[in-house]
Amino acid sequence: MSDDADARPYGRRAFLGLLAAGLTSFAWAQPAGRIFAPVTSQFAAALGDLLPVGGWRIYTISGSMPVFDPRTWRLEITGLVRSPVSLGYDDLLALPRARQVSTFHCVTGWTVRDVHWTGVRFEHLLALARPLPAARAIRFVSLEEPYNDSLTLRQAALPDVMLAYEMDGKPLTRAHGSPARVVIPEMYGYKGVKWLTRMELVASQPTGYWEGLGYDQNAWVGRSNGYG
Amino acid sequence: MATDRARLRRFSRTERAVHWVHAAAFLVLLATGLALYLPSLSELVGRRPLLKSIHVWTAVAWIVALVFVVAIGDRRSLRATLREVDLFDRDDRDWLLRRGPPQGRLNAGQKVNTIVTGVFAVLFAITGALLWYGERDTRFRFAQTILIHDWLTYVSLVLFLGHLYLSVIHPRTRHSLTGITRGWVYEDWARQHHAKWAAGYRARRDAS
Repeated sequence: MSDDADARPYGRRAFLGLLAAGLTSFAWAQPAGRIFAPVTSQFAAALGDLLPVGGWRIYTISGSMPVFDPRTWRLEITGLVRSPVSLGYDDLLALPRARQVSTFHCVTGWTVRDVHWTGVRFEHLLALARPLPAARAIRFVSLEEPYNDSLTLRQAALPDVMLAYEMDGKPLTRAHGSPARVVIPEMYGYKGVKWLTRMELVASQPTGYWEGLGYDQNAWVGRSNGYG
Repeated sequence: MATDRARLRRFSRTERAVHWVHAAAFLVLLATGLALYLPSLSELVGRRPLLKSIHVWTAVAWIVALVFVVAIGDRRSLRATLREVDLFDRDDRDWLLRRGPPQGRLNAGQKVNTIVTGVFAVLFAITGALLWYGERDTRFRFAQTILIHDWLTYVSLVLFLGHLYLSVIHPRTRHSLTGITRGWVYEDWARQHHAKWAAGYRARRDAS
């Protein structure tokens, strides 16, 4: 045991040293994560979603994810519009296609780079319904109740904002919000409503699901929610 | 004949309680954590709000239970263990390099494992509390918290699998499991693996 006169209290030094290293990682974890990103994202690509190093995490607010049925799914565009619209899945796919590669930022701190999206720009959806002059924002309603969030018409018209129905070359999976989700790369992911079922044109932005829990209405990446 | 084999008492009830509180909490936290974190599991299991509650409240229960065990348990045995983990003699230092030298009740590897486990417990608790509270108050929200929590999980998983291998599978070391379940180990096994402890134990017994 410790009757050896040669015994040294290395244990507490190791404990404190390791703890200090762990705590200082708040300063170096992010740069280190960026340096290792090429390695870890290869890992993620190789192992798919089994080992989500540098990959997606799936957040839901209810007990189970909505199930998409192409025969019954509708996208309603209602509210302050001249002609309310109800689109089926095929109607959505028939609209002019847009493609983009953008980075996805989650407010909890993780990021997915180079996501390939295919979908529809909102101008084409709005052209069908023709918003009234009083309309200022779109409220997006998810099949996952009571999830909803909104964008102003000006935000929805940004060049890389879309309603996406394909991700990385394949139709959106259930976990990613099939059949269609909102994508706005300049804002944190909670603004991108998944499992979209209704777009409601409104005069002013209502409080969305996460805004009701204290998150910012304008969720600009790096400039909101306590960051920046 | 087996009943004649002498047994040495290796871990007190309090030490064992600390171990199993920690182990049980770790397993629940790992299982719920993985289901929250891995996309394929998330989709399969669903029930995210429930899993999240279990994860968070298990962490709270883990800390409360550890405090409780220390409060009502045999603190002297815990202090002795801490002292033992702290002190590395020459044999311990050599053992880390080339396994040979005789070891005390805890070998140098077990001491290192105890230290790393302790540090990880503190870091898990801090990052976990920040993730939880940061949802409510942006002043406690840091982008790197989740990254650190993740990496602690990866490293813990590797250490945990190694720990399981040595305590359940590896033929030469798996007898040590008896020490942490029932508190005792066979003396002949202890003389091989923890020679200095076994010798000291016998000396103290003969003296009394």
